[in-house]
Amino acid sequence: MNIRRLFLISIPYLWLLALFLVPFLIVMKISLSDLAIAIPPYTPTLSLSDGWQGIKGFWAALDIENYIFLTEDNLYWKAYLSSFKIALVSTALTLLVGYPIAYGMANASPEWRPTLMMLVILPFWTSFLIRVYAWMGILSKQGFLNQFLLWSGIIDDPLVILNTNTAVYIGIVYTYVPFMILPIYATLEKMDASLIEAAIDLGCSRLKAFWLVTIPLSKSGIIAGCFLVFIPALGEFVIPSLLGGSRTLMIGKVLWEEFFSNRDWPVASAVAVILLLLLVIPIILFQRNEQKQREAEQ
Amino acid sequence: MRRMSWFNVTALTLGFAFLYIPILILIIYSFNESKLVTVWAGFSVKWYGELFQNQAFLNAAWVTLKVGVLSSTAATVLGTMAAYVMVRGGRFFGRTLFSGMIYAPLVMPEVITGLSLLLLFIAVGMDRGVMTIVLAHTTFSMCYVSVVVSSRLVSFDQSLEEAALDLGCTPFDAFKSVTLPIIAPAVISGWLLAFTLSLDDLVIASFAAGPSSTTLPIKIYSAVRLGVSPEINALSTIMIGIVAFGVITASLVSKRNIARLKREEKLAVQ
Repeated sequence: MNIRRLFLISIPYLWLLALFLVPFLIVMKISLSDLAIAIPPYTPTLSLSDGWQGIKGFWAALDIENYIFLTEDNLYWKAYLSSFKIALVSTALTLLVGYPIAYGMANASPEWRPTLMMLVILPFWTSFLIRVYAWMGILSKQGFLNQFLLWSGIIDDPLVILNTNTAVYIGIVYTYVPFMILPIYATLEKMDASLIEAAIDLGCSRLKAFWLVTIPLSKSGIIAGCFLVFIPALGEFVIPSLLGGSRTLMIGKVLWEEFFSNRDWPVASAVAVILLLLLVIPIILFQRNEQKQREAEQ
Repeated sequence: MRRMSWFNVTALTLGFAFLYIPILILIIYSFNESKLVTVWAGFSVKWYGELFQNQAFLNAAWVTLKVGVLSSTAATVLGTMAAYVMVRGGRFFGRTLFSGMIYAPLVMPEVITGLSLLLLFIAVGMDRGVMTIVLAHTTFSMCYVSVVVSSRLVSFDQSLEEAALDLGCTPFDAFKSVTLPIIAPAVISGWLLAFTLSLDDLVIASFAAGPSSTTLPIKIYSAVRLGVSPEINALSTIMIGIVAFGVITASLVSKRNIARLKREEKLAVQ
């Protein structure tokens, strides 16, 4: 082990330890602390100046009270369940919207594909906040969607869409659809077109060939896309806060309000720890899918 | 077989209409005379004029730019180092933990990253301001940089580095004159990615920012919560324009480079 290598490894390592792992341990610790009217607003705080006694007292004062509080208060259960539901429904909707686009791209002529690809990626580079904001003007009561529907005579009274869960679904589908399109496109593009021809020669209808050949062959892309949408949607804050209503419950929003409005840091930390535990399962499943795909390619 | 059926054409048309119409409406109505965003009252650029008089927005834009440049540069250096360690570092103590810490921030909800960093800054008694936002942005975007750079490092031939070492280069010289030029495109796109992530970030910046240091997304968010406004449309149009210009230029340049490489390869074969 020479000095240079040690230096190269230790700089990013220490940075991540100090700014990723340690902060997370602090969250864990505060989630076990009690709320206090002080600065910072929790107790106990660790002071090493008291020596061993101080550390012992510090450990003794930690308890799982906040977690018990979370299970007792209906709000948190509902928020977890409803985030889960919203993330699940919008992932399914994103798949329905994204799959045909990916399919169309994969079947477009090769000279068009790079342009189509850039058109999918371009919105991803533009500000997330602006893309969510764009829908506020469309979905509001006097918005463009209502103007259009009233003008075309489809409805007589303006629809209330902004500040409902529907608006949240639309927002999530709109902002995350590139994450769905790209992995599905990647699997569809590699697919051998003669397989479909073979299925049709063997008597399949086009639809049946699609269902029996194309869908199973693009399964790994579908799974990857679903996780790439589901995981960030579960902890989403901006979309429910701008497009959702006061009754839209999502855990990211609850955490934000618990921290900034109620200033209850210990409870906000406990909410964060549980959100992360919920995410561990889909993340592990996602990585397993990726690994399986890598092995299949080799 | 690969012909465009009516289904493909419809899917692509509807799909791209869905992706682009909201942005187009936003841009068109930034040139609207009326204060009401959803009623067209004639062409005007007055909201752009008002935007440039709004000192609060200009200050926020300056802070955002400063944070973006500082954090993406730091993230590029740290992320490239991390990628190098991951791909070429061999075995070392705590390697699993290290790769875990590289990948975890990519899937961590922003609210949690923001909350944990804020609690750290308070625990160590750091005043919140530009510096804390830079630290926060560097931390999460270095992970993106290292993913981008390591995918390039994996795919290139290690024997080139070894050859340079055999010919008497010091490891640093070999890195500087062999490895770096080859991974440069990935390093540059890593920097761009880190920069856009930083410009875009609302949640983490909200936790890490102090009262005196507001970034543009924070400013936009607090304005937008009160409803749509033509000024925000104008600001959004400018931001979209800059990004579109950057992305399109970058892709044209890389297309030309690829074409040039192909030409040179052809010449080399002849």
